[in-house]
Amino acid sequence: MLRYTLRRLVSLIIALAVASVVIFVAVEIVPGDPAAYMLGINARPDTVAALQAELGLDLPVHERYLAWVGGLVQGDFGTSYTYRTPIADIIGERLWVSLPLALYALILSTLIAFPAGILAATRRGSVADMLVMGITQLGVAIPNFWFAMLMVLVFAINLRWFSAGGFAGWEHGIAPGLKSLTLPAIALALPQASILARVMRSALLDTLSEDFIRTARAKGLTRRQTLWRHALRNALIPVLTIIGLQFSFLLAGAIIIENVFFLPGLGRLVFQAISQRDLIVVESVVMLLVFAVIIVNFAVDLAYAAVDPRLRRS
Amino acid sequence: MTLLRINGLGLEIHGTPILRDVSLEVARGGITGVIGESGSGKSLTAYSVMQLLPEGSAPRGEVLLDGRDIALLDEAALCRMRGNDVSMIFQEPMTALNPVRTIGDQVAETILIHAPRTSRRAARRRAAETLERVGLPGDQFPLSRYPHEMSGGQRQRVVIAMAIALRPKLLIADEPTTALDVTTQAQILDLLKGLVAEDGMGLMMITHDLAVVSDMADDIVIMKSGEVVEQGPARQIFGAMTHPYSRALMEASGHVPERAGAAADAPLLEVRDVIRDYPMARRHVLGPSRMFRAVDRVSFNLAKGESLGLVGESGCGKSTLTRAILGLDPIQGGEIRLGGEVVTAGHSVSREQRRKMQVVFQDPYGSFNPRHRVGRLVCEPFHLFDRQPRSDERDTALANALESVGLKADDANKYIHEFSGGQRQRIAIARALIIRPELIILDEAVSALDVSIRAQILDLLADLGDRFGLSYLFISHDLSVVRSITDRVMVMKSGRIVEAGETAQVFDTPAHAYTRSLIAAAPRLPDHAAAT
Repeated sequence: MLRYTLRRLVSLIIALAVASVVIFVAVEIVPGDPAAYMLGINARPDTVAALQAELGLDLPVHERYLAWVGGLVQGDFGTSYTYRTPIADIIGERLWVSLPLALYALILSTLIAFPAGILAATRRGSVADMLVMGITQLGVAIPNFWFAMLMVLVFAINLRWFSAGGFAGWEHGIAPGLKSLTLPAIALALPQASILARVMRSALLDTLSEDFIRTARAKGLTRRQTLWRHALRNALIPVLTIIGLQFSFLLAGAIIIENVFFLPGLGRLVFQAISQRDLIVVESVVMLLVFAVIIVNFAVDLAYAAVDPRLRRS
Repeated sequence: MTLLRINGLGLEIHGTPILRDVSLEVARGGITGVIGESGSGKSLTAYSVMQLLPEGSAPRGEVLLDGRDIALLDEAALCRMRGNDVSMIFQEPMTALNPVRTIGDQVAETILIHAPRTSRRAARRRAAETLERVGLPGDQFPLSRYPHEMSGGQRQRVVIAMAIALRPKLLIADEPTTALDVTTQAQILDLLKGLVAEDGMGLMMITHDLAVVSDMADDIVIMKSGEVVEQGPARQIFGAMTHPYSRALMEASGHVPERAGAAADAPLLEVRDVIRDYPMARRHVLGPSRMFRAVDRVSFNLAKGESLGLVGESGCGKSTLTRAILGLDPIQGGEIRLGGEVVTAGHSVSREQRRKMQVVFQDPYGSFNPRHRVGRLVCEPFHLFDRQPRSDERDTALANALESVGLKADDANKYIHEFSGGQRQRIAIARALIIRPELIILDEAVSALDVSIRAQILDLLADLGDRFGLSYLFISHDLSVVRSITDRVMVMKSGRIVEAGETAQVFDTPAHAYTRSLIAAAPRLPDHAAAT
């Protein structure tokens, strides 16, 4: 198990190094000079050059890369071109919205998907199964921003249970913050839950047709005992894969939902930074997201090994 | 004294009749062998006793255990019965255990399920005792082992331990040794016999192999197409088989095809000091790389028109050697020549060389693409020609190939799922034959087939060999099959050929101790029966 963890750690570090180079190069070749953009079209060339020097844009590429990575390692993301504040602060602030939102959505989606998938698999072909399959089909098909707007219409405008957007902040306690994240989290969770329920169902159906399930029944276990003691843990491998992918997606992919609900999250930050050519912010946020995805995958790899002893050796 | 009595058992699944009027008995402390080919209904008879039938099943008749009709019990009572009064072991030990739970857990579970008040510790102690009883002592096989850390034979012992942990009255064994090597098979059969004698259990032993039960069963039941065709005391059954099907089954089990067997002296395949190493996982991340020698300096010749057998247990390196001969894997030493030309792995194997050899694999179900028609599947080797045949040439070759294996030319338009296992294996042979190779490698090609189908395929191979002057490299763990179809045989163990020679000579006067143990372990039909 230790060797397995070490190997995963080594591949994690390699992945991060490669990702940093790719991100840096990609941002380098994007057209548009941040200094020129910040000063407007009427700026004089010498003013632009001065700003470039101030921002460090005149240094050779490799020096800028090393300075950027060196800063990242120490938690210094640099200073935003447009906000003129340390990027670490901006990201930290946004992360307090995006991270809880992603977790909230993930928990919701798991809480919906597991029972639904298990129900559908154990009662294959029943009305319950058909309902789960029908609803999840819809859930996958409906765009989440449209669903979000529908929810705003019903729960915020008509019923007035929730506010239509914005974020209450955490300083007044957890409840108001969670409340303002509830509608966005549901909107994000719906398609995820639909996919997860379907994966759960098919993984469980596959497992339930395995030989060792028959062995368990022959030992005298009831159907229910067989499901909980033998089938579920074996069905978790594909489900964990999907949960890992979903968490990364939820963290990075909430741009549209954050815009619909006016949430000051990472997604909106990237969106704004791109349109303002605030390249260093873009670089940093993307790097952070990549870091999160890689860490999540690392966690999923460890979870695999916890679930399946066969993987611990490799 | 009767323990289990099945009376007029009938079974329909989704309206299709599967079993008709099956009646049989298992005595307390007795062994009843239920014999039949695939589709005979022998396994479903067993599942009827366990009441673990597939969905849509409609059973009729009585299944009396100690005089109590199982069919009338509710699900809760059945769960109390399974694993406690009646237990079952299965054919495939590799998949019968839950891969993510330890063997100790799985054996202890049988105990805990039926006696929930037992403490975990007591259950685990009892699990350890039971594992010890089935030949898995705790110092070598601690309860914390996972199934993947054990061999097939060891896993089958764990399954047996789970089944006998509560000393059931009746044990049902569904082809318990079919997936195992001969020596392991002999050990497992001995274990079962011993357990029956010690505990006074009744054993219902289901198998397709007459030889397996011939020296252990007290009673024999022979089934065909969901019906019992003949039953009685074993000695009587083997002494005088009355039903034509029983006789046919018996003859097929020991079938020896007729072959002209005129081998030329010129060697077709020359294997010289071949070595195949596999890299193994390093002990430490930065540790030295380690090698596993799967094939260790193997040398032999195969003459044109000759049929050469290669026997050995699983893991002995026979499949690795096959892959090397086919040029699929590189070798780390030695030389393989086919028709005088060196075979090298990878893309450098010339098409001409590949045309000279074809292979037929064991699994007639997994070795075809289910979405292609038979015609396309059989014609696949044509891509080895530099000039693609015209469509009329192709059709003629296809029709000839299909007809030479006993199928019809218009079978080419069907899909593979429309054929039975035996027919599929004929199609696999047609695919190998269509480009008229000189060497056909048969990798356990008849191991998955029923005895009567196997006899037909062996006849077919013998006939094709004579007609086209084919050479066969016949790889199998089944000694009786190798004996019946090869001129010479090689015995392989741990990557080496330990004995080679004329087939009859090797079998009659084996020189190497390992060969002797293999032959001794192989189940044999009683002599007086084989003569009938």
